[in-house]
Amino acid sequence: MTSSSSTGGYKTEKSWKDWLPKDHSILMVLLGTALTFEILGWFISGQSFIFNTQRLTIIILQMSIIGIIAIGVTQIIIMAGIDLSSGSMLAFTGLVAASLAQTSDFTRAVYPALTDMPVLVPILAGILMGFVLGGVNGGLIAYSGIPPFIATLGMLVAARGLARWYTSGSQVSFFIDDYAVLGSGIVPVVIFLTTAMAFHLLLRYTRYGRYTYAIGSNEQAARVAGINIKAHKLLVYTLAGGLYGLAAVVETSRTLTAQSGAGMLYELDAIAAVVIGGTSLMGGKGRITGTIIGVCILGVITSGFTFLGIGSFYTNIVKGIIIVAAVVADQYRNNNNGNR
Amino acid sequence: MNNSDDIILRTENLTKRYGGVHALEDANFTLKKGEHVAIVGDNGAGKSTFVRQITGVEQPTSGDIFFQGKRVEFNSPLEAREAGIESVFQDLALCNDLDVPSNLFLGREELLFKFGPFSILDEKKMMEKAKAVLERTAIKIPNLSNHVGDMSGGQRQCVAISRSASFASKLIIMDEPTAALGVQETTQVENIIRGLKEQEVPLILISHNLRQVFNLVDKIWVFRRGRIVGEVIASETDGNEIVSMITGMQGGVHEKASYI
Repeated sequence: MTSSSSTGGYKTEKSWKDWLPKDHSILMVLLGTALTFEILGWFISGQSFIFNTQRLTIIILQMSIIGIIAIGVTQIIIMAGIDLSSGSMLAFTGLVAASLAQTSDFTRAVYPALTDMPVLVPILAGILMGFVLGGVNGGLIAYSGIPPFIATLGMLVAARGLARWYTSGSQVSFFIDDYAVLGSGIVPVVIFLTTAMAFHLLLRYTRYGRYTYAIGSNEQAARVAGINIKAHKLLVYTLAGGLYGLAAVVETSRTLTAQSGAGMLYELDAIAAVVIGGTSLMGGKGRITGTIIGVCILGVITSGFTFLGIGSFYTNIVKGIIIVAAVVADQYRNNNNGNR
Repeated sequence: MNNSDDIILRTENLTKRYGGVHALEDANFTLKKGEHVAIVGDNGAGKSTFVRQITGVEQPTSGDIFFQGKRVEFNSPLEAREAGIESVFQDLALCNDLDVPSNLFLGREELLFKFGPFSILDEKKMMEKAKAVLERTAIKIPNLSNHVGDMSGGQRQCVAISRSASFASKLIIMDEPTAALGVQETTQVENIIRGLKEQEVPLILISHNLRQVFNLVDKIWVFRRGRIVGEVIASETDGNEIVSMITGMQGGVHEKASYI
């Protein structure tokens, strides 16, 4: 009678519901969505949706930035938290990075003494500023007990204000060539996938990941088990902030300009991608691979609607419906599986 | 008591008041090394209050707790746990979204490579150890890599108890460990408890099930209205005597009373 025996009276067969959350089912949704647009494309405008290099490039580039943010948001939501501040933080950290990436050819630089610096300086500045703001989020949530929703809502407003204050509302552009490279070609995609891989490994194979899932699953149990809940929350929000800073670097490099209005509503796209990717808002469940597919679905839908010439307000309506549907599916799963 | 080296846990005049309510009055309790005892009493007798004081969930109003000969003050359940007092509560402290080894080793993971929070887990080692631990308890868990949230109440309870037992703790406290379990699952949990006796791990069992108490423990402590009203050797007493101590009434208990 060993524990490894698979017989005994336990139910092992799976119902169709068990297949809902798996990555491959989300992948099917992605393929289905793309295929729908492909078919509609031939019917409506007589051209291919998928086999269009230019369109694919735009989709992939847009995905990469939301994707980098969504990686940070994924781990936060797995920990049963939420972060509404990523878009605002992207605007501010983007301005900070950009202000240190200007070329001396431009006479009205933000810091005339700090032009033509090595490209690593603005990159690190953006990421470090992300760490700081993320750390403020995490510190508030962990040590003052403010709900993540409220703390990050405050940061959403405050970081946008910081962004306006930093350059008094004016744009920052005229970057050194090395900085411009970060957002061109396939570099954003490489950055996105590398980051995704790193966080996938982190969540899957390290203590960091184990604690993140444990806290999201049952915070009380995690505390009793001796996990330093506060320190861990601080760390998770701080790392997420660093990812927003990285996304900001890529974004400002891609658009060759930084402005205080950047990243508007990115936080919702990121959360949507995470939820569509199968991460549970209740915490404890979720994967980076799912988020990658979620980001792709979102990118395909946005691009597909533009392709079919449907107005952007319809896109937002459909996005809203998809997010709600994903959350409903998640709650449905939670009510039917486990949690006895 | 005799030799004080034999005593693992002792409380002296332990008292807990909530406002004007005397939940626990002058409790003098001792537990010897390797001993399995039960705490019985009616609802509100102070059993759970007593346990909350010695596990650090609450702090006593007055009185002292001595653990392994030293006076201790636990400000949190974590401190008690670090001292070696493991508790298994009815509301299980398991993470439903983690598998069995992850739960068993939560907070004390085996590591391949140590680097603060980014230490790499040795999942193979944890899985092997988990298998070994659970095989000793003869619990049937078809697949240890299933999430515990997908398991039955008994399997989960066994995982929770195994976790306490597997960390060579110095004292295990179980509050109604089988209250929500079926017959087969109860048997499995009781087997684990017998295994702990063989390993000479001391145990305090809180149970309403007197038959279970008589089957499992050496000594029974009876609580009534916040006071300890008796300590009896299990083999030298019977259900009727215990019931009259619990209720405070002499006789009047039918020999086939369902309580026994």
